[in-house]
Amino acid sequence: MSEHDDDGHHHPQPPSPIELRARALEDILKGKGLVSEEFIDSVVGAYENDIGPMNGARVVARAWVDPAYRARLLADATAAIAELGLGGPEGEHLVAVENTPTVHNVVVCTLCSCYPWPVLGLPPNWYKSAPYRSRIVREPRTVLREMGLELAESVEVRVWDSSAETRYMVLPERPAGTEALDEAELAKLVTRDAMIGTARP
Amino acid sequence: MNSVHDLGGTDGFGPVVTEADEPVFHARWEGRTYAMVAAAVGARVANVHEFRHAIERMAPVHYLESSYYEHWLTALATLLVEKGLVARAELEREAPGFSLARPVHPRAQPPSASSGAAARFAPGDRVVVRCDHPPGHTRCPRYVRGRPGRVVRLGDRCALPDAAAHGGKARQFTYIVRFEGRDLWGGAAEPDTAVYVDLSEGYLEAP
Repeated sequence: MSEHDDDGHHHPQPPSPIELRARALEDILKGKGLVSEEFIDSVVGAYENDIGPMNGARVVARAWVDPAYRARLLADATAAIAELGLGGPEGEHLVAVENTPTVHNVVVCTLCSCYPWPVLGLPPNWYKSAPYRSRIVREPRTVLREMGLELAESVEVRVWDSSAETRYMVLPERPAGTEALDEAELAKLVTRDAMIGTARP
Repeated sequence: MNSVHDLGGTDGFGPVVTEADEPVFHARWEGRTYAMVAAAVGARVANVHEFRHAIERMAPVHYLESSYYEHWLTALATLLVEKGLVARAELEREAPGFSLARPVHPRAQPPSASSGAAARFAPGDRVVVRCDHPPGHTRCPRYVRGRPGRVVRLGDRCALPDAAAHGGKARQFTYIVRFEGRDLWGGAAEPDTAVYVDLSEGYLEAP
């Protein structure tokens, strides 16, 4: 952010070295016909507008209101999200893991940044960061507590490390007191972090 | 390769820092870099395994000090040069200052063994992760090597990353294996914790 932004005038900053390198690489790829402006715009637009946690929230809300859908989701999540029109890269081998009063699930990729794109979009920076990737497999209770999620000692913690083709989403528990809410209202309660397993809805 | 990307169980990184209302991309070039990599993989310039391995081959200090999308940009530039699509001199002229990833290890070889038609292990089976340290790409995290676990789910027969990153064609079944916290971290393990890791058949052996 420019230090001049608050004076009401736009003073363009010189591009950073990494920006210049990205731009130059883009020119090289365009020159070789490997990428087009239209493709870049469509991909960026898709992840900024259409592919994100609101998709996974629909899946979770459906599972909360429809026990048969919940069973299908837990048996074959890739097929179950396709029923809602969802799918695509990093969703071909999707597994939904269910939180219960005695089991809490949380997802990581210790080796890189694997994440279920069709239901959650692209991961937040903290998910890709060294602190999360290094620690959540070794001290999950401590990390979750630091992130604001207190778990009883009686709750088993299961950490899912996405090291191969499988991608995971957490099916959180439906919050108490939501019996009167319909599916669309329930979906609004479901956060990205609840589907990673670092928060409750 | 045993590179710094394999972070599971490493100490010293401090608290997880989150950001409220985080944007999908923090700068315009990040989204465009994401799209460039998608285009390059889509055009089969390189497969996703080669791409991951190119990130792992970054100099360790560079990897730890650079942002996530700088990893992507570095890997993309590295692969374009290695695949002969861009000459190193052209890259330096057009995009000066790239610190490319290091070359593939000279002894990195694609394993050739594919799984048979039937999976070797079944849910419920006890397994031990082989204590291998391949110099090339692998998706077997160090923190499970040599450790005992139990198969909980049979996955699909997929391209073996260790092979696909080095031009190989081997395909193997994958398994979701459950490891008890105490079997990974000993007395330091937090109580009632388990880690589930997806592992290719060749990473596993019967106990």
